Amino acid sequence: MAAAILGRLTVTAKPPSEPAGRMRGPPHCLHPVPGRPRALRLRYLPRARFPLPKRRLEVNPGGLRLSMKERFECCKQVTFLQQGKRALAAYGVVMGPLSIPSTQVLEEQAQESDDLTDSEESVYSGLEDSGSDSSTEEEAEDQDSGDEGTLKGSLLSKKAQARMASQKKEQVQCRSLETESMPSAQQGLPLRGEYEDDSSDEEDVRNTVGNIPMEWYQDYPHVGYDLDGKRIYKPIRTKDELDKFLDKMENPDYWRTVQDKQTGVDVRLTDEQVELVQRLQKGQFGDVHLNPYEPAVDFFSSQVMIHPVTNRPADKRSFIPSLLEKEKVSKLVHAIKMGWIKPRKPKEDTPTYYDLWAQEDPNSILGRHKMHVPAPKLRLPGHEESYNPPPEYLLSEEEKLAWEQQEAAERKLNFLPQQYRCLRAVPAYARFIHERFERCLDLYLCPRQRKMRVNVDPEDLIPKLPKPRDLQPFPTTQALVYRGHTGLVRCLSISPSGQWLVSGSDDGTVRFWEVSSARCMKTLPVEGVVKSVAWNPNPAVCLVAVAVEQSVLLVNPCLGDKLLYGATDQVIEAYEPPEEERLQPVTWAVAASAEHTRGVRLIIRHGKPVKQVTWHPRGDYLASVLADDGHTQVLIHQASKRWSQSPFRRSKGQVQCVLFHPLRPFFFVATQRYVRLYNLLKQELAKKLLTNCKWVSSMAVHPAGDNLICGSYDTKLAWFDLDLSTKPYRVLRHHKKALRSVAFHKHYPLFASGSDDGSVIVCHGMVYNDLLQNPLIVPVKVLKGHAPARDLGVLDVLFHPTQPWLFSSGADATIRLFA
Amino acid sequence: MGGLEKKKYERGSATNYITRNKARKKLQLSLADFRRLCILKGIYPHEPKHKKKVNKGSTAARTFYLLKDIKFLLHEPIVNKFREYKVFVRKLRKAYGKSEWNTVERLKDNKPSYKLDHIIKERYPTFIDALRDLDDALSMCFLFATFPRTGKCHVQTIQLCRRLTMEFLNYVIASRSLRKVFLSIKGIYYQAEVLGQPITWIAPYAFAHDHPTDVDYRVMATFTEFYTTLLGFVNFRLYQSLNLHYPPKIEGQAEAEQKPEEGQAYAMDSESYMEKLSALSASLARVVAPNPEDEVQVDEFPVDGESVEQEEARKKEQEAVEKQKKLFEGLRFFLNREVPREPIAFIIRFHCKRCFGGRVSWDKSVCIGATYDVRDPTITHQIVDRPSLEKQVIGRYYLQPQWVFDSVNAKMCLPVADYFPGVLLPPHLSPFVSEKDGDYIPPEKLKLLALQRGENPAEESGEEEEDDSDEDDDDDEGSEGEEHSEKEDEGKLKKLEEQRSQGKKLPVKVSVGTVRLEDKQRSAQEEQSEEKRLAIMMMKKREKYLYQKIMFGKKRKVREATRLAEKRKAHDAATKSEKKTKKVRRE
Repeated sequence: MAAAILGRLTVTAKPPSEPAGRMRGPPHCLHPVPGRPRALRLRYLPRARFPLPKRRLEVNPGGLRLSMKERFECCKQVTFLQQGKRALAAYGVVMGPLSIPSTQVLEEQAQESDDLTDSEESVYSGLEDSGSDSSTEEEAEDQDSGDEGTLKGSLLSKKAQARMASQKKEQVQCRSLETESMPSAQQGLPLRGEYEDDSSDEEDVRNTVGNIPMEWYQDYPHVGYDLDGKRIYKPIRTKDELDKFLDKMENPDYWRTVQDKQTGVDVRLTDEQVELVQRLQKGQFGDVHLNPYEPAVDFFSSQVMIHPVTNRPADKRSFIPSLLEKEKVSKLVHAIKMGWIKPRKPKEDTPTYYDLWAQEDPNSILGRHKMHVPAPKLRLPGHEESYNPPPEYLLSEEEKLAWEQQEAAERKLNFLPQQYRCLRAVPAYARFIHERFERCLDLYLCPRQRKMRVNVDPEDLIPKLPKPRDLQPFPTTQALVYRGHTGLVRCLSISPSGQWLVSGSDDGTVRFWEVSSARCMKTLPVEGVVKSVAWNPNPAVCLVAVAVEQSVLLVNPCLGDKLLYGATDQVIEAYEPPEEERLQPVTWAVAASAEHTRGVRLIIRHGKPVKQVTWHPRGDYLASVLADDGHTQVLIHQASKRWSQSPFRRSKGQVQCVLFHPLRPFFFVATQRYVRLYNLLKQELAKKLLTNCKWVSSMAVHPAGDNLICGSYDTKLAWFDLDLSTKPYRVLRHHKKALRSVAFHKHYPLFASGSDDGSVIVCHGMVYNDLLQNPLIVPVKVLKGHAPARDLGVLDVLFHPTQPWLFSSGADATIRLFA
Repeated sequence: MGGLEKKKYERGSATNYITRNKARKKLQLSLADFRRLCILKGIYPHEPKHKKKVNKGSTAARTFYLLKDIKFLLHEPIVNKFREYKVFVRKLRKAYGKSEWNTVERLKDNKPSYKLDHIIKERYPTFIDALRDLDDALSMCFLFATFPRTGKCHVQTIQLCRRLTMEFLNYVIASRSLRKVFLSIKGIYYQAEVLGQPITWIAPYAFAHDHPTDVDYRVMATFTEFYTTLLGFVNFRLYQSLNLHYPPKIEGQAEAEQKPEEGQAYAMDSESYMEKLSALSASLARVVAPNPEDEVQVDEFPVDGESVEQEEARKKEQEAVEKQKKLFEGLRFFLNREVPREPIAFIIRFHCKRCFGGRVSWDKSVCIGATYDVRDPTITHQIVDRPSLEKQVIGRYYLQPQWVFDSVNAKMCLPVADYFPGVLLPPHLSPFVSEKDGDYIPPEKLKLLALQRGENPAEESGEEEEDDSDEDDDDDEGSEGEEHSEKEDEGKLKKLEEQRSQGKKLPVKVSVGTVRLEDKQRSAQEEQSEEKRLAIMMMKKREKYLYQKIMFGKKRKVREATRLAEKRKAHDAATKSEKKTKKVRRE
């Protein structure tokens, strides 16, 4: 008894929370065994499946601390107990040397607990396991061993069961000690059983190597070590194939015999074990009686029970506010404060569409809207866009080809007109989306500009001019053609009386015509091209100046009144040379007798070719223009004194033509771009007119002397009002080609211009005496008659001095009279 | 000299304009956002008068915005919404990356959104302004409504477009304002006159779109966003003007009659109604179906709430288009399955008077809302678009769909003979062309005009054709006469001159002259033209340029007209000769 007590004491010396069996158990039991995972799995079945007693813990001793898991295992074991002994026995085999309490012990306990009133279901309440218990256990064990002792395989399991039972008992005992609630009658009993279990140690051939690959022991005669550290030798395997075969043939349990690799012995599986294996193969629970679908019990239900589910005192942390939560909350609060987190906006219930224009405020039209350029609407479709257009709107093959070759932007239509016989044949328009998209682009990307569309009637643009009919007389039709020249007729001049016409031509002749009959009265051959002819404007003198080559001939045509031309001759002959010879730029010579008979009276020889010759209105002075660059381009001759002078000291450019003012002592000199007006008396420049032309070809002065017209090679005719400005009052661009000559009528308000395009344009140019009224210029007639030859048309135009008649000479070697 | 130094480009037009990039920087927007903003606010570049001055001396190609426009954009609340949205997207992306689903949820709840109401009010201060700008909006919405429900753009947008366009069609029917319809190769053009404003739109044919790759759908989507808002408000206002409910409310009774199992009076907000909306024209057609009770209910909008002026205006308008409105009165149509149902149903319904007017139906399998069957003996016109029919019911006309459109445009029921199935159709003319004198008028149009005047073309058709050709000839002469007159003159002058010069060659001989009769008219005309020519010579340079330009344009028009006329003549001649050869062969 004392020993028992001693033993008990030794046991109790261990910390109560530690399972005693583990300490007591052999070291190998710490190794996991193959069966264990399964056992674990079974253990961790869903909790709810195991109906647990609600009150079982009320008898739990206060000092005893059990983890939930432990407790749970226990309950489970209890349930197992009730499920029958066999299955549990099978468990024991599978589990092997586990440290869990043996089922048998539990069985005993259960048996015991049936009697106990206050702890019928609790494992731990059955602490009163007494000697009687253990005795019965022994008996049972004995019985078992008696039953199954013959079988090798069952031996092992027996051992394990025994061991477990002993461990359990230890636990139970120590707990009973602690609880101090054990009945005194049962105290001595358990001590014996503890060492009884150990007595079977010699039979226990368990391997201690643990869960290692057994191949490691392949080359050794032993397979490991038993509990005492002795080698476990492999059985002498003399079985050859024949033996095996015989065994197979003869042994009816051959199929259920397996080799234990740990010990090398053959083990015959019991029926239960076989059944278990089969069940496991099928994927069922190892336990036959286990119902996996037990009704669930809600332990931690919402129903408040009078007793707590756990008796564990509340943790300290459950009384202290959580720092982590606090941190989280404060973060949220901060975020809300900072406006990072915004409350969910209430859904707006306002309707999406309402009467937006309920109050139309005219003041809401902003200034912007005035600058607004509304996008032009798309063009409405024409007939050609129809799916079935009239046939004329379809493109022909060439038009189609041209359409395809055009740039997309240049096309007039952005589609090819097509014709479909019926509506069902009309396909989808491939570029529909494109066109909408382009419209979008136009709307937001295209720069807009307000363009004033000219919506004028073109008739309104035509200026209202007096009708030409009201401005008559003016030459309207071609009356006469003077033929005789063979070369182009360069120049014309008419006698002051208007009876005779003189013309100079490129064929080297000067011809004198009777105006009214178009008869050539006289032909004067000269050597060379006649550049210019000028009839003396003095009606008392019958003299014509002819510019030929480098000389100017003064010719008496001997036409008309004999007295008149006789007097002219007399005047010429009456010349007396001055006493002292003056230095002259030219030489004056009297014509030889042969020439004299032809009419030539005087010859003024210049050193340079003469371009133009013109008379002063009085008829005494004449000016000639030389084709030269120097300052002696213009010379003024006095016919009566046979005296010449060069009026200019310096050249201002190439002189095109010169002209005397009809009334006053002024002298016009036209260079290429300017017309200079010199006062001959004061010998100074009076005016410089800017013609705005590139190249002046000719000019004419109005008989009143205040207006000047100026023709140019760049098709312009500039009208200058000398009183008004130095710039042209009006520039007329009537001609298509270069102007060759211009002319004023002496009496009628007419002027004319002849051009290379073969036309002569007659204009009404009325100059009013009232200085406030500007001249009226109206074109009245375009006269055509000259055929252009060698790009030259009309070369000279000339008005009849008294009649509204116009002479024109052209490149077609004719002179025409328009009346 | 005193005074401050004047710097170039610091005053005047250079300061009124701003380049796009500068504007973008000023607004601190990305190009995409700037584009969106410009589209929504209706800001567009302006072409300055003196580009070089504005461009500070450079001639580089730049687009210029008015500085005032850009300053005006600075205060736009939507700009901030753009920025908010950008931030929202960034946050959302971050939350997704961190798998913070709560944050994602929260962010999505607080997704920034903007409204365009104020922009619409600002861009269109009056309702008429909005109506004037409705063409593009309608065309775009009609296009989007036909898009597939997958890809390209949001399904909601497509559905919204569909709904809005249907609502607008509904209004057009209710207000009876459709004027012209035109089947073009691009789509179907409609023109309605709403409050005196002609509104033209085009709807594509109902085919799947071949989506082009070179189209930026984002631009179109932005436009559509604006247009849907605009159209919604316009619809609301239009419905209100007719005292109609908005969103449209289908008449409960009519609805119940047709489908008693569906008891939804106000179904716009329900899903099923949206489905029905896709067949809106159909269901509405039934709403208007002849029904005495229906009339009373319908009367509520056009008659009761209108003021006197509106009524008067309406009366006038009605008189003007009365013919057109009563066009299909009393007729009953049936649409075959191959006929595009929606446009034709729309048009026919439009032209039927609500109570007694013609009705339209179709095969049940095509769409819901078929009111009667093919076998209905009361059908007067069946619209057919197939070459031939196996069995035809006596007592009804089988016509091609073009008849409906042509009749509407002609404002009268055209003779049906030209439109039987399988017959070569007469050309379909555009109702949008109004020929001025001098323009080319196709002979079909002349015939139509004659019909409208009440002449019977069937008897005079032959003569008229001749007349037409004669007229054409006259036109040709008239147009070409002026051109030729000068040349003729010249030629005559030349001849005269030659004669004269030849006469001169024999100066002695005097031949007996023949008395030349002067055509006084001709000479007067010549004189006038001469006068004109001389006056033109006296024109100032600028005016002359302008005049010549105008005249060039006129001449080109004439040329084109003659070209078309000649083409037509050649075509007619070819067809005639073909006919003759056929006849000969037959004989």
